[in-house]
Amino acid sequence: MKVITNIFGSSLGKKYLMASTGGLMVLFVLGHLAGNLQIFLGREEINRYGHFLQTNLEIIWPARILLLTVLGLHVWSAIKLSAENKAARPVAYAKWNPTAASYASRTMLMSGLIVFAFIAYHLMHYTFMVKGVNLTGTDFAVLTDPEGRHDIYTMMIKGFSNPAVSLFYIVAIGLLCLHLSHGMSAMFQSLGWKSPAYRPVLDRGAKIVASLIFLGYASIPVKCYLLAPGLTGACCK
Amino acid sequence: MNLTLKVWRQTNSKTPGHFETYQAKEVLKDMSFLEMLDVVNEEIIGQRREPIAFDSDCREGICGSCSLVINGIPHGGHKATAACQLHMRHFQDGQTITIEPWRAQAFPPVKDLIVDRSAFDRIIQAGGFVSVNTGGTPDANAIPVPKEISDLAMDAAQCIGCGACVAACKNASAMLFVAAKVSHLNLLPQGAAEKDRRALNMVTQMDAEGFGACTVTGSCEAVCPKEISLSFISKLNRDYGVAILKGK
Amino acid sequence: MILDSKIPSGPLAQKWENHKFDLKLVNPANKRKFDVLVVGSGLAGASAAASLAELGYKVKCFCFQDSPRRAHSIAAQGGINAAKNYPNDGDSVHRLFYDTIKGGDFRAREANVHRLAQVSVNIIDQCVAQGVPFAREYGGLLDNRSFGGAQVSRTFYARGQTGQQLLLGAYQALSRQIGLGNVQMFARTEMLDVVLIDGHAKGIVVRDLTTGEISSHAGDAVVLASGGYGNVFFLSTNAKGCNVTATWRAYKKGAAFANPCYTQIHPTCIPVSGDHQSKLTLMSESLRNDGRVWVPKRKEDAGKPAASIAEGDRDYFLERKYPSFGNLAPRDISSRAAKEACDAGLGVGPGGLGVYLDFAESIKRLGEDKIRGRYGNLFDMYERITGDNAYQQPMRIFPAVHYTMGGTWVDYNLMSTIPGMFVIGEANFSDHGANRLGASALMQGLADGYFVLPYTIGNYFATSKQAKPVTSHSEFKKAEEGIRVLTTKLLAIKGKKTPLAFHRELGRLVWDKCGMARDASGLKEALKRIPELREEFWATVNVSGESGGLNQSLEYAGRVADFIEFAELLCTDALNRNESCGGHFRTEYQTPDGEAQRNDEDYSHVAAWEYKGPNQAPELHKEALVYEEVHMSTRSYK
Repeated sequence: MKVITNIFGSSLGKKYLMASTGGLMVLFVLGHLAGNLQIFLGREEINRYGHFLQTNLEIIWPARILLLTVLGLHVWSAIKLSAENKAARPVAYAKWNPTAASYASRTMLMSGLIVFAFIAYHLMHYTFMVKGVNLTGTDFAVLTDPEGRHDIYTMMIKGFSNPAVSLFYIVAIGLLCLHLSHGMSAMFQSLGWKSPAYRPVLDRGAKIVASLIFLGYASIPVKCYLLAPGLTGACCK
Repeated sequence: MNLTLKVWRQTNSKTPGHFETYQAKEVLKDMSFLEMLDVVNEEIIGQRREPIAFDSDCREGICGSCSLVINGIPHGGHKATAACQLHMRHFQDGQTITIEPWRAQAFPPVKDLIVDRSAFDRIIQAGGFVSVNTGGTPDANAIPVPKEISDLAMDAAQCIGCGACVAACKNASAMLFVAAKVSHLNLLPQGAAEKDRRALNMVTQMDAEGFGACTVTGSCEAVCPKEISLSFISKLNRDYGVAILKGK
Repeated sequence: MILDSKIPSGPLAQKWENHKFDLKLVNPANKRKFDVLVVGSGLAGASAAASLAELGYKVKCFCFQDSPRRAHSIAAQGGINAAKNYPNDGDSVHRLFYDTIKGGDFRAREANVHRLAQVSVNIIDQCVAQGVPFAREYGGLLDNRSFGGAQVSRTFYARGQTGQQLLLGAYQALSRQIGLGNVQMFARTEMLDVVLIDGHAKGIVVRDLTTGEISSHAGDAVVLASGGYGNVFFLSTNAKGCNVTATWRAYKKGAAFANPCYTQIHPTCIPVSGDHQSKLTLMSESLRNDGRVWVPKRKEDAGKPAASIAEGDRDYFLERKYPSFGNLAPRDISSRAAKEACDAGLGVGPGGLGVYLDFAESIKRLGEDKIRGRYGNLFDMYERITGDNAYQQPMRIFPAVHYTMGGTWVDYNLMSTIPGMFVIGEANFSDHGANRLGASALMQGLADGYFVLPYTIGNYFATSKQAKPVTSHSEFKKAEEGIRVLTTKLLAIKGKKTPLAFHRELGRLVWDKCGMARDASGLKEALKRIPELREEFWATVNVSGESGGLNQSLEYAGRVADFIEFAELLCTDALNRNESCGGHFRTEYQTPDGEAQRNDEDYSHVAAWEYKGPNQAPELHKEALVYEEVHMSTRSYK
């Protein structure tokens, strides 16, 4: 029991929560990316993948619950720590010249909150398929492919055909990756797994991985946007 | 050279502070920053006003007394240099310099540029020691310590307890200070017996004092006059984690 | 006043052992009934406070800094001596004892020095157990290096920060006792008077430097660990806050002051750069291992850049005068040689007060990397302060006041002439004679605090049987009132000259007349000028602010007032000692080749001065120095 009170009660404990939940979400972000990149393979592959997920409820729901819990803990510890951090300096400096601290490290809360808002939109957009938010006038929930599966392929292309939506996705992914460029390295520090020998590797590695994630994710709306004009026939079958 | 100083003045912890502007005239490049303040203070005393109060003692970068945020950077931003060893040759004629105290909830103001850093002492009292009484210790060479470990412990032990790490951190976190002391003792075989409780007790005290948490921005390391490495914070995180996983 | 040194009988090597057995003990349950007030938290004060609290005494510890960790012991660089003989090079307790006695120019007490050498080995054990990260060999065992005045390697060190690490060790032990509730710590608190009841020290009056409140603390014994008086010279390597106030005010209450004229000048400091200079920075003596000291041979060359002076036009004066020790000649000798060169107009740098310390040859021989590895941090520090790169041009160095061997007179038990008042560390006079060897100050501070005082203080409690003091006693009220009056007086003068200006003037005077070299006429001039300065001070000093709050101007003024009074005693003692020995060099007493000439017949004694009241000459008491073991010889490093 003491472990629990120590984790939730101490600043370091909350950092462990933040780091470990962050780590799990990074794994999800990578897995999600791998799944979504199948758009490049064509309609059959991505739709089959979507069908697999949607029909295996015993996989998808535990995963969703876990992710939600993890996200909840991540956000909770972030808000709690931020409040404590703010309280730790009640009088601000008149002149402030932050040394060494990267832009990403200083804006974690802001980038995190915007990404959080993006996640909410993203879930409404493609998971719950709320018609009003996709700005295309199409109901994504009723799209089906010739095999009767949900037509993810068309949904994605349609969804990203709106340049404003695509741009928002790219910006949000950019912020996520800014967040990760610091977070993926800092989590090793917070968990006590960073040593002087690995530090440069981890610091640089985080930036490289974050950039790759950005390129990966950003390529999807770009690809979909480019495919969109040719879609007219397909979507109305 | 002539400089304009914007200095934080505060009578005591109960009254709010404000900036006052002073002219530092005929400043020589060979003066240390504190000597420049001495000269300004002599002039202020001559005008029958109260001189600017600031902490300083050894003036050779080891006692950790001096605590000035100079133009937004604790100790003024020169590598491995405390404010007392910062020299005026790094400033230009006509420059305006803003001088503020360390600002943190856990370092309440005392007067002008002086703050109360006794929180650091209480953190040490909570566990920053090896519990040995005087006498009855084994021969010094009965406890061999690998040179690399000893050197690493020394890197951490160099901390002068000035509090610049707290002052520089956007969260006013004391993690670098606590990590340095925990690492110094936890790395050595002499400190091993109390490893867990040291990490636990010192972190608990640190939290109770009202310091913020570490968000790994690295500002602390950048301003540390002894260049204490951020890696020690990782070690503290590890030691504390191990301690709580043991259910302590 | 009778000076009873209480040196135990018996053979030298057994004295301490016998004495420990003869000392009366306080039973463990009774120890908590005794309150001890420790003033100062440096190596001596912190180690004493911690050790006494561990034994069960109730301790209160006071320091003027904002934390006990900032005491000036922290600035010691080089190392700490101990007769461990780990390098197997022939060291022993007796050799350390002998080197220290000889280094002190045969003006220290044999029995004290021998005890110091004996307990030196325990200090290292203690510090290692506390986690002090001394330098080690690859095999994991402790490393040693050699230091001035010794031909064995017996110095333990922690990079260039040995004092810091030892102090942090003692501070940690003290912090542990504070956490356990056995020590009450009063930081930012300055002792302003000692209170005597029935002739025994029973408490102190302090000023809370944050609130300005003046209050009393009662105790069964008072321990002064308040450091040395080097700042009487204004410019010294001491911290700005170092002061003589505690020991001086104790002196005025009856604690004899011994050998104030024994002051040590350190040869390798960064020279003064101008009138604004607030303190001097020491560079470790170890630099002299690879640096060569020189000045131009001709006056005309003194203003020229070092590089333009041809090899043949340089005078490597230490190598020339002391061929066997060369650049490693002891501190006093090297310092004086530098002064002589500058007096002859050969000095380099601003004001001609500097000599070169040149690494060019070592860099050529060993490579810059090797030199960087050895002294990188010192070269960096030099560049921070002077803006010069010492890899490319020679350093400029000049001697500066560094340590004071004199101090409050204490007996073998470290008790002053006021019963119940103990004085330890640099504040007392006991172990270094007329000159202290490198790496011995840390040893003495810790020896006193860890291993001597905890034994001897018990004997005082067990034998003196004094009534428990209370701060409501009229003596406390009287002392508090005295301090209030003094404070009010200082603040009321509202003159034109700042305490700093007075201090600087006093410092220049004492440095000129009673510095590295002294003579009767100069000392007499100083003794004429100092009382004038004192009167000027009390008539025209400008202390700003009020007494009820933090007031650095007021704190400083009180310390300067004491320095002015103390300077008179310093010069009186220097004038009285008609010989040259160690750090006390009287130009009238030198050998034909310019070395110090002792007068063992007339001056083989401790000069202890008793306060006789304001404007009264102090009374001199002599404690004869009896040498049972060593044969007094002339110190020679040629």
